[in-house]
Parts: sequence; structure tokens; C-alpha cells
Amino acid sequence: MPLITQTALVLGFQYALVAMALFLSYRILDIADLTTDGCFVLGAAVSVTMAAAGHPILAIPAAMAAGACAGAVTAFLQTRMGVPSILAGIITNTGLYTVNFMAMGRKANVSLLRAETMFTLLRGNGPANGWIELLLSAGIAILAGALLYLFLGTRLGLSIRATGDNRDMVRASSVDPSFTVTVGLCAANALTALSGAVVGQYQKTVDINLGTGIVVIGLACLIIGETVLGRRTIAKGIVAVMVGSIIYRLIYAYVSYTKVVPVECLKLVTAIVVALAIAAPTIKSGASFEKRKLTAGRKGGR
Amino acid sequence: MLRIDDISKTFNPGTVNEKTALSHLSLHLRQGELASIIGSNGAGKSTMLNAIAGSFYVDSGSITLDGRDITFAPDHKRSKVIGRLFQDPMRGTAPSMTIEENLALAYLRSAQGKAPFSRITKKDKELFAEKLKLLGMGLEDRMSQPVGLLSGGQRQALTLLMATLVTPKLLLLDEHTAALDPGTAEKVLELTSRIVAEDHITCLMVTHNMKQALEMGDRVLMMAEGRIVLDVSGQERAGMTVDDLLRRFRAGTGKELDNDRILLSD
Repeated sequence: MPLITQTALVLGFQYALVAMALFLSYRILDIADLTTDGCFVLGAAVSVTMAAAGHPILAIPAAMAAGACAGAVTAFLQTRMGVPSILAGIITNTGLYTVNFMAMGRKANVSLLRAETMFTLLRGNGPANGWIELLLSAGIAILAGALLYLFLGTRLGLSIRATGDNRDMVRASSVDPSFTVTVGLCAANALTALSGAVVGQYQKTVDINLGTGIVVIGLACLIIGETVLGRRTIAKGIVAVMVGSIIYRLIYAYVSYTKVVPVECLKLVTAIVVALAIAAPTIKSGASFEKRKLTAGRKGGR
Repeated sequence: MLRIDDISKTFNPGTVNEKTALSHLSLHLRQGELASIIGSNGAGKSTMLNAIAGSFYVDSGSITLDGRDITFAPDHKRSKVIGRLFQDPMRGTAPSMTIEENLALAYLRSAQGKAPFSRITKKDKELFAEKLKLLGMGLEDRMSQPVGLLSGGQRQALTLLMATLVTPKLLLLDEHTAALDPGTAEKVLELTSRIVAEDHITCLMVTHNMKQALEMGDRVLMMAEGRIVLDVSGQERAGMTVDDLLRRFRAGTGKELDNDRILLSD
């Protein structure tokens, strides 16, 4: 059980970067960015391929740059070409499937058998007890979170936050919302690709379908975190996604270990949880309206 | 300062919804002049302000501001020198961000606040607090609160401050007090007069209050069917009453003014 907890924490920190990306695109920019699934695989593909070629460290910025490019394509489609934002993400995502295939050398999966990863490099000849993996993953997630926090406090960060709040006001501040959306989506997808890059090197393998459903899992983490911690401030929001991601992975580990729910059902459970959480305000107001109708009927009113 | 030459705009051309919103409209405003615009519903008042601010590009004609042709400049570039307030107090501010952050965004229009990765400095905060104090609403003590918590009047006053934080060459006011209660409206209006006078801002104000149009500023413009049908200023305007205005409107257009809000407001 301790080993499972440790693994869950490692994965929690690694996937927290996706949740952080969704915090930026979905919460702050108010855009449902469906580039995420393909972008996650892109990050993993670039990272694993470069690690296989002997550049496990360089692989990380390269993966992030690739992710940012994917974000730029989605942003271009929706800000300059008038493609609805959800469709723009789906289009990029579809195209990325081929790009990912290419990045993996026209194979559906790549494994790192003996090549070094950033984890093995850092461990050197030390014991393979998983602590290095945990420390490095936590370090990357916390560093990324801190940088995101600092970035959102800059003038550019402020204009990105205002874009999700009130685009008219961004224009009135002499800033082009197309520009802020582009920067925001590039940053978000760089984070998603970073997550893929770290996960890929950790698991020493990448599969073309690695990213399926990542966006929903990321949203689940976001929502779990916000439910636990609230989201009043940016700092709280960023900590919340990390906490949410860890909780999600702990639940996942617990379920896989005890098999209370068959593991293959987890995606369905995740989807239901996310749908319910996002629908909650509507369900709540609907319920209170029905209740009011009932009480009004009982009093003989109308 | 502002020169509009023969601009026209037709929305949805060639469809059943075709609407000529501006028709060969020309206007020239001098530096520091405040002109009120009145007119019936659909006369093109807001459309004219939108054309100046760049919400859409005009079909023909040209718009020049302070000697620079802005006819084809995008709206976010024009907003560097044009401040704007809408009737809806919610449109000018970002609700989930703090007062201070909103002001910092407005300050992006200045030459100093440009560097994208710089942060709000202590000096900026002091400047914001000092400006907020002028509103007399106690907002300077609430700078780290989200704007969404403020009342409509407070938000509109804040928007006014944001629009004029970096003195614009032109201020566009689109019935900016119409959604406020009478007391607050008066206060916002008084703030507007003061700021506009202090900074010598050229200003176009759409209003539905004829008395206000006659009292404030230097000039009254009346619009109908996408053009300016009446333009009074100076001596002629000085002795004018609301009834005179209505009579002149009828004489100019051959129609009664059909804006209930104008006719019913005192």
C-alpha cells in the first residue's frame, strides 16, 4: 500500500500540470480547449523520442515548445479564422494524431528500454525506491505552479485574466484579445505537453492513445480541488488543482488496488462526476424552482 | 480634434434585415468641446459612437482624430486615445478581478505601463489610490476587493476613472448614467463634468435627458435616421428650452420625436 500511495502521488503531481493548463484555459480564459488530449500525447511523444535519442533533459523544453505550437494553431483558428473555439480544439486535436504518429517515427508506440530518462539521470547509482521520481515530479509541478502564479500577476497575465472576464474591457485597455487568447492557449498547451513529457519519461513509454480522456480527467481534478479548497484567488486555484489531481490519483490507486469498481469503469465514473459537477448549478436552481412550484400548488396559489 | 466626414454604414446589406444606420453623417468637434447627442430610438446615436470607437468599420467616409486618420484602425488601437462608457455598468470592468487590477489594466494605455512582464508597482498603487479618492466613494480602502462586489454606480464611477486614468483625446459616453438610480446618476454626472473640464477632454455624450443636454457642455446634436438633423451651440443654445428643442426637431425632420424615455424624463 505505501508503494501505491507513493506512485499515486507521483502521478498526481505529473498530471496536475494538465489540470493547471485547464485552470488557465477553462477557468481563466473561459475557453474549453480540446487540444489537450492530442497535446498531451505530443508532449510525451517528443519527450520519449528525444530521450531515446539521448537528450532526456533537452526533451522537456522541446516538448513544451511543441505543445505551445499546438496551442498557437488552436488559437489562430479561433481568433483569426472565426472557427468556434471548441471546434478549433477538436480540429487541432485530430491533426495532432498524425503529427504524434510522425513524432514517434511512424510507430504507434515507443519504449525507452535502456535509454536514460531525467529520472534515471538524477538517480545515478542510487536506490530505485521511487523517492527521486516523487521529488522531481513534485518539484516540476510546484515550480510550474509558482511560475504560472507569478505570470498571472504581470500586466500581460492581468490582460489574460481580463479576457475571460470581459473582452470589451480588454479592448478598451488597448490590448487585442486575440493576442491574449493566443498567449494563454500557448502557455496552457505548453503545460499540458510538459505533463505528457514527464509522464512519458516516467513510464518509459508512449502510446498514440495515451491522451484519450485526459481533458475530462484534468477537469475532474480541477473540480475536485475547487470543491475541497475553493477558488477565490489565483493562488488558491493553482494549489487547488494540484490537490485535486493528487486526490484523483489516490482514489484511482485505491480503486485499482481494492477493485471496488472495475478499473475499466473509471473513465465512465470520471465522466459522470465531471458532468454532475459542471451541471450542479443548473440542477440546483432547477430543483429549487420545482420545490417552489410544489409549495405554491399546495397553498392553492396560482 | 474629431472630424467625421460623410460616413455611412448599412447593416446586413442585401437582406430583408437591411438597415441603414448611418447615412452621410459629418461632424466636427473642437478640442475640449462637449457635445450632447439626443434623438429617437434607432436614430443612430450609439451606432455613431460605435463607428468612432471602431466596433465596426464604416462603409464609406473617413474618421480623423487629432489629425490621424483612424478610419481603418482596429478598436483596440483606437482605445489608446478614446475612452468609452456604456449604459451597462457591467461592460466596463472585469468583475472577478480586484479594483487595483482593473485600474492596472486601464493604465496599460499609458506609455509607462507597457512592459508585459512587469508587475503593479507601489507607485502605481499610490496613483490609483489617489485617483480613487477623488471619486469620494471610499473605494481607495477596498482596492483588493473584486469589482463584482461593487454597486452599479460604483462600478460606473470606476469605469469613468479607468477611461480617463490616462487622459484620452476623446471620451464617448453612451447614456452612461441611464441605468443608475437618480442620486447616483447625478453623482456620476458631476464627476464626469469635473474630470472632462479638468483634463480638457473632447467629449461626445449620448443622453435621453433633454434638460441635461441643454445644461451640460457646449453643444447639442440631434440625430434622426442616421444623420445629424440639428446642431445648436453658442448663443442660440443659451436661451433654449426643452420645448424649443422639440419644436426645432419637428421642423427639421417633419416628425414628432418618438422616444418615450426622452419625453417622459424631466
